[in-house]
Amino acid sequence: MHNASKHLLFILAPLVAVFALLPGVYQNHLLLFNFVIFLILAQGVNIIYGFTGYLPFGYVGFFGAGAYGFAIMVMHLQTPAPLAVLVGGAVAIALGLLLTPLLRLSGAYFAIANLAASLAVLHFVANPALEGITKGPYGVSLTGTFNPTHAYYAAVVVMALTVGAVVYLKNSSFGLALQAVREDAVSASMAGVNIIKMRVIAWLASALVAGLAGGIYAWYVSVFYPDNVFSGEFSIFAIVFALFGGVATITGPIVGVLILYGIYNLIGFTTPQYFQLIYGLLIMGLVLFLPAGLVSLATRRGWHVP
Amino acid sequence: MSPEKPPILKVSKLVKRFGGFHALDGLSFHVVPGEILGLVGPNGSGKTTAINVISGLYAPDGGEVVFDNVSSGGVASHKLVHRGINRTFQVPKPFLSLTVRENIQVALAYGGATGTPPSIAELLDEYRLKEVADRPAADLNSAQQKMLDLTRALATRPRLLLLDELAAGLNPAELDWIAGRIKALAATGMAIIVVEHLMGFIEQITDRVIVLNAGKEIFEGTLATAVREPQVIEVFLGGEHAH
Repeated sequence: MHNASKHLLFILAPLVAVFALLPGVYQNHLLLFNFVIFLILAQGVNIIYGFTGYLPFGYVGFFGAGAYGFAIMVMHLQTPAPLAVLVGGAVAIALGLLLTPLLRLSGAYFAIANLAASLAVLHFVANPALEGITKGPYGVSLTGTFNPTHAYYAAVVVMALTVGAVVYLKNSSFGLALQAVREDAVSASMAGVNIIKMRVIAWLASALVAGLAGGIYAWYVSVFYPDNVFSGEFSIFAIVFALFGGVATITGPIVGVLILYGIYNLIGFTTPQYFQLIYGLLIMGLVLFLPAGLVSLATRRGWHVP
Repeated sequence: MSPEKPPILKVSKLVKRFGGFHALDGLSFHVVPGEILGLVGPNGSGKTTAINVISGLYAPDGGEVVFDNVSSGGVASHKLVHRGINRTFQVPKPFLSLTVRENIQVALAYGGATGTPPSIAELLDEYRLKEVADRPAADLNSAQQKMLDLTRALATRPRLLLLDELAAGLNPAELDWIAGRIKALAATGMAIIVVEHLMGFIEQITDRVIVLNAGKEIFEGTLATAVREPQVIEVFLGGEHAH
């Protein structure tokens, strides 16, 4: 059996099955939905950071653009929700295209510029002058399309596609070439790789993923403000979860979300007074002792981690 | 080498400036298929800059580079790789977290090699990387990383190969072995430009050398003749040795 088939069968299929079946046995559907959204976003960060080395501190910009793309289509054109989700993805791609000049930067400069870009989009959307289109700072209410069940399963589908895309990257020459660009762009070009094209494709793919997630999030919650869907927490959590598990792998971001977001909720429910303290210590421990993520515990021993 | 062959690479009056510094100052030379040409000269004479311009890493500020009858100055590196130019680096630049095999796979998949692609197993075997094929490139020693640079370049089936100090750091037995490999590559019709400080190695493999100083050619011919040229002796050893 090819590696890709194994990864689809033993990683993707069980993950999808678990999240497709859990709503039948576990009543906190919002929590399950948030898990799925973070699984999508962490893998989106994996695509752009794990495979090309760009750390997207403003990743939420695409998520918010997707949410507003969805909302505008529903509010003004009464578009059916699934189609509006696709438009949300397209809006994120358009924003990604607009921001492609940022890819000329690297390291902290890219991260800061990306963060600034996401704030610019937030303030553009929240501008009272655009109330007629975006409802400005007053938020949107999309009660007509409210259907959390459908939105949840749409999220599971997008999660499956996103993890499927990472399985492809992990098992294809394309993914190998992306990693080559991340390791050494000059050498990659001497291997015949068009580095600009590769970076743009990865950037737009990760934008699409976040845009679709944002559209589905808007569908699920139906009522939101610009600050909700452009909250920096989405970027930070997605990055921390992906790093905690280990990027440039299929399983790392999944493990990161399941463990860290699990602990996050557990602490939040049981000992909310120590919540920030314990969570902060956990992240500090990760950075100090496991900079390459949990999967490095296995790779250090020579084990292969998909 | 047959002298009547048309050149595969022609460099004419090439200029490359970094600020006010002229790294290349009107350099002209050519190389024909199957020839091994040495580029020698003191540090800072422009050897590596010439390689960087020919391989597309730097755009020239003047002059012309023509590869296979098509102007190639300022063309993106990956396009030049597809046309048939490749190189190694003075300090090897493998993809460190990828395995040796994956390093070569990238070049096989994207190098645009025409005809039958080279066999990865043969490349690994011929360049003594078989034992480390599935290890990350970061685990390799410097000599192995140089061989990996070379095999990655060869995976794209270049017609012009630029070797930037490939021999530095190799022991005598490895030098003899790699000299044999380079000659065998040239025998297939590949044009090879070698930048090197090891004169014994240059003498062993090259048909002809160009001696550079301050971005200009000061001599062209065999190394045996070059070492008797006062101007060459002067730039390498100083004026008092030239006469």
